[in-house]
Amino acid sequence: MITARGLGRDFGTKRVLRDIDFEVPRGGFLLVTGPNGSGKSTLLSLCAGLLVPTSGELAVEAERGEIGYLAHEPLLYRELTALENLDLYGRLYRVPERRERIGMLLERFGLWEARRERVGSLSRGTAQRLALCRALLHGPRLLLFDEPYSGLDDAAARLLDDELGSLAGERTFVVATHAPQRVESLATAALSLA
Amino acid sequence: MTFLGDVLVLARKDLLLELRSRDTVPAMLLFVVSTLVVFHFALPSDASATAQTGLLWVALLFTALLGLVRAFVAEREERILDGLVLAPCDRSAIWLGKVIGVMAFLVAAEVVALPAYALFFRPVGWELVAAVALADVGLAAVGTLLAAMAAAGRARELLLPLLFLPLVIPIVVGGVGASATDDPGRYLAFLGLYDAVFAILSWASFEYVVTE
Repeated sequence: MITARGLGRDFGTKRVLRDIDFEVPRGGFLLVTGPNGSGKSTLLSLCAGLLVPTSGELAVEAERGEIGYLAHEPLLYRELTALENLDLYGRLYRVPERRERIGMLLERFGLWEARRERVGSLSRGTAQRLALCRALLHGPRLLLFDEPYSGLDDAAARLLDDELGSLAGERTFVVATHAPQRVESLATAALSLA
Repeated sequence: MTFLGDVLVLARKDLLLELRSRDTVPAMLLFVVSTLVVFHFALPSDASATAQTGLLWVALLFTALLGLVRAFVAEREERILDGLVLAPCDRSAIWLGKVIGVMAFLVAAEVVALPAYALFFRPVGWELVAAVALADVGLAAVGTLLAAMAAAGRARELLLPLLFLPLVIPIVVGGVGASATDDPGRYLAFLGLYDAVFAILSWASFEYVVTE
């Protein structure tokens, strides 16, 4: 589903990624690790089509609406409630039976009670759970997760373990994390960035 | 959902954000009224109609700029534009939704600015109202595109005025001409033509502005 050959990306004179090769088949799970500044987030942005490679080739067999992208920021409007944010994304991402799907995700991630609270008033962990709901809302075929466990408490992290476990194999994953032990058992390939 | 549906959803979101945060419109209102008061005292009492109208247009232009500087603040600070551009909808819907929001803010400012202008300077005729309405379309269309462009850059507060002001000079020419000459029709047609040309250009180029 994703093929990268000699992939590189520069920002001005700074080279962030150089000569990266990897392949993720449909249903595969690529675990990306590396220290801060090694280019993990840049790699995910490239896979999402938000950035263009400076060198090499990158082929991603997924359309825009088929990608679930979880970034460092939750990509949510702080002045809108949890429900309003998901409804906005649900409409723009053409989610069938939108309300039912939103309700189901909010329940699953323990956010039903917080659904009418503005995102700006949510804790980091709660906002991260909501960001996960947003990324999963449209049932994407390709999931690009950047530090998905960031800010989650143990219960929420276990919930995410279960979610990833249930989707692994069915969906294609690229997960960048500083906590590889949580998803090592699901990974079909690993990429370590220096 | 249709293109129009996407546009309405996005425009509604911008209006809701402003209703809750009240970050932009109050600042625009305060700015435009303050500017008109300053001009009222700065301009000699025997100043020509053209000079008075010209200052109104300067005030409106900078008020629009104030609104445009904040147009993509939420999308930039929270990187929400990434989430929006990955949606399967037409990316120009993001532009048009934002244009509608910016126009609504401009109209809100002008609802106060035009009576204030009438109070401090001279009566407001239908030509001026028509010119302002047409100018709003052009200001919002071009300004939204440039605001999106500037939002991606580092020196965005500098970049937006530098890009915006030269491109909207024709709006000032058309606006002043429509409201201070004997032949407003010609200038209103000019403003309409500007709107059509720049709206199409902005619509078509927005996708390339929000993607690499």
